[in-house]
Amino acid sequence: MTRHHGMTAPATTGRVLMSGNEAVARGAWEAGVTVASSYPGTPATEILEAFARYPDVYAEWAPNEKVAFEVAMGASLAGTRSLVSMKHVGLNVAADPLMTGSYIGVRGGFLIAVSDDVGMGSSQNAQDTRYFARFAKVPLFEPSDSQEAKAFVSEALRLSEQMDTPVIMRLTMRISHVKGLVELGERPAPPFLGFSKDPAKYVILPAHARKKHPKVLQRMKDLAEMANESPLNAIEWGDREIGIIASGPAYVYAREAFPDASFLKLGFSFPLAEGLIREFARGVKRLHIVEELEGLVEADVLAMGIPVHSVGKLPRTGELTPQRVRAALDGAGIAGTEAPPLPLAPPDLEMLPFPRPPTLCSGCPHMGVFYTLGKMKDLIIAGDIGCYTLGVGSPWNATHTCVCMGASLGNALGMEKAYRMANKEQKVVALIGDSTFLHSGMTGLLDIVYNGGNVTVFILDNRAVGMTGGQDHPGTGVTLQEEKSKAVDFVALCKALGVEHVQLVDPYRLPEVYKAVKEALAHRGPSVIVTNRPCVLIEEFHRTQPYEVLDALCNGCGACLKTGCPAIQVIRREVVRLPNGRDKELSYVTIDPMGCNGCDLCVQTCGPKAIVPVGSSAQATSPDQLQN
Amino acid sequence: MNADERKYPKGNTSWPTRTLNVLLAGIGGQGVLTASQLLAEAAVQGGHDVKKSEVHGMAQRGGVVTSHVRIGRKVYSPIISSGEVDLLVAFEEAEALRWRPEVRAGGTLIVNCLRVLPPVVNLGLFKYPDDPLESLRGFTGSFLPVEASAMAIEAGSPRLAGTILMGAAAAVLPLSVEHWEAAIGTRFTTREIVDQNLKAFHRGREYALSLGLAPANLLHNR
Repeated sequence: MTRHHGMTAPATTGRVLMSGNEAVARGAWEAGVTVASSYPGTPATEILEAFARYPDVYAEWAPNEKVAFEVAMGASLAGTRSLVSMKHVGLNVAADPLMTGSYIGVRGGFLIAVSDDVGMGSSQNAQDTRYFARFAKVPLFEPSDSQEAKAFVSEALRLSEQMDTPVIMRLTMRISHVKGLVELGERPAPPFLGFSKDPAKYVILPAHARKKHPKVLQRMKDLAEMANESPLNAIEWGDREIGIIASGPAYVYAREAFPDASFLKLGFSFPLAEGLIREFARGVKRLHIVEELEGLVEADVLAMGIPVHSVGKLPRTGELTPQRVRAALDGAGIAGTEAPPLPLAPPDLEMLPFPRPPTLCSGCPHMGVFYTLGKMKDLIIAGDIGCYTLGVGSPWNATHTCVCMGASLGNALGMEKAYRMANKEQKVVALIGDSTFLHSGMTGLLDIVYNGGNVTVFILDNRAVGMTGGQDHPGTGVTLQEEKSKAVDFVALCKALGVEHVQLVDPYRLPEVYKAVKEALAHRGPSVIVTNRPCVLIEEFHRTQPYEVLDALCNGCGACLKTGCPAIQVIRREVVRLPNGRDKELSYVTIDPMGCNGCDLCVQTCGPKAIVPVGSSAQATSPDQLQN
Repeated sequence: MNADERKYPKGNTSWPTRTLNVLLAGIGGQGVLTASQLLAEAAVQGGHDVKKSEVHGMAQRGGVVTSHVRIGRKVYSPIISSGEVDLLVAFEEAEALRWRPEVRAGGTLIVNCLRVLPPVVNLGLFKYPDDPLESLRGFTGSFLPVEASAMAIEAGSPRLAGTILMGAAAAVLPLSVEHWEAAIGTRFTTREIVDQNLKAFHRGREYALSLGLAPANLLHNR
């Protein structure tokens, strides 16, 4: 992460460009939130990063979203305003305290900010967080831009306190990662009530829960009444022929596609403002509902007995755009729009002119592990969530499953047991990053130990939550607010969990990695290999002298390309006829001196020793000298 | 006060009613987001409404990165509809090919003369186009190849390429030079880096102007 030393007082007037995430952080600060917790996850990461930079706040990375939720909830119970933020799938992890937190309620206002990765730019599914508000019976706010994201925070916290409920704010990637103008305000003195011992409220025994349940249902009814009056919900009358109900980014797309239509914009979007919806439906000729992902409002409005013309017309996969909205509503019979109907599918960017999928960085320490595992074709490799999921791609093809945070260990154990029950021997490897292991991998390892799994676990410790931008975590020894902290000792931790065969290896030393894997696979019972090199994108990584290829020595074998390093570029190809009559394509390479981080993995793969430190070729000009 | 005025601060009414659509496209690590930040900030300095969309996370790792910047009196959608890009700034030649279909008829295309081969090409799984710039010659609007990466290295750092490209873009965009300069002053912190970027910006702008890329009004030319 970018280190931010020192702190200047934030401006309290003016308009500035802010992402939706920065705006939520700003809104929380201005609303007097003093405790916030999160676990990094795209597209929500920057909420806590931004919040941590404000004065007079406590902001932390928790090991996972469940803990983050519980920390923020604890702060609320102690009578302060609090915030927890996460990506959509993070709320699955935090669902347990959410479901009961709804019954218990709050003391200080409690906001749950969740960002949905609708287009799955960096996620494994596209679940719609609006379901969780319905599931947990808590109110839902949906801003449609940065300014609203900021303004809705204080409104949500006020409602939270008034109605004794956590509030979910649903963002999407196109709110979180879109910058727009935001009007700044001041931070009043934060409220603090202190805890109040009240077991009937805070100790959710079955007897207490049974009493709470009808109250939660009544709360929903009261909230629905309030939604009718909320300033966040407004009718914008335009052309009465077309009426559109929309919330969040769907609103801005629809607004752009149909600038003259009438709109019912829902900012406080659950429970539904039924009275307002009925009034709006009466005032327009044809009613349409524009929603991204699921048709939740559509189903509820239909259940009210109100006809909806857009039923079944909106795409239910991928992000909306003004074009997709226009095409969908053209299909619903809106006459007179100028633009011709457009295909509903987003353009397939992979078609032109070649795909450019995400890849590991040059010098990434994961490459040494993937290079080694990729050569062992008889392994099953259960992968996990992080940069190392990219090990699925060429040239490594060294990841065979990926499900969710921490799944690799349980998956590996289940596979190994299944083969064993079929009387077959199968080597299974689980591959997981440092932060993911601490998030939800430890319990999986415990299961492997407890139940005698013959599984080898790789903990790729690169001292960062890499994919989201190199954030700190309990293994790095630094907190979100840059305090020094206790760093987890992975070797000692695994031993404490009962793993007897634990090795620490340098992933840049290929023979060492190979030897460690061979040893671990030969061991009967659980084994763990921990790697020890930092992510190349964090401060702890020090770039060393770059390497270059001596063209005269390169034999075109392409072995270095098997590392997968993006700094290695093919400059020419040549087809030669081998003695056995087969053709072989040779790939002569060069190394991009700007891209090379000096890790020397490729050097170890080079038979003719053609890869040398930049500049060293001046002294060693002849091949003879080099080989000595 | 209608609903819009309540929710949205008023934009600069000197801007025509149509929103300007700029698409920046490149590869993770090339500085696409920094460059789009300069553009968005220059628009803010000019008193306009602006929305800027970004890509973070997995897609950034050596993959394609795009940033949509929309400038107008009141901008709703943060994303540009397909085929409605007024100006495409491509940070790499093949990316210009990839994103060209998004540009409207009569739009403008600025391309950094740079080829970055991804591992899938180096491994021989896919072919890099023979000559992307040549394929782009048939482009019907204004087309400007800029040796931004080479100029950037000359100017002291390959990281300046994005600012040079923004300089070239400034030649065609209806934003004043002083607002661009203010944006550069806001985005970068140390005096030295601000100066380097100001120089790079002017280098790019003068280059585009010297080739006769007229400051055509992108908004009316459709």
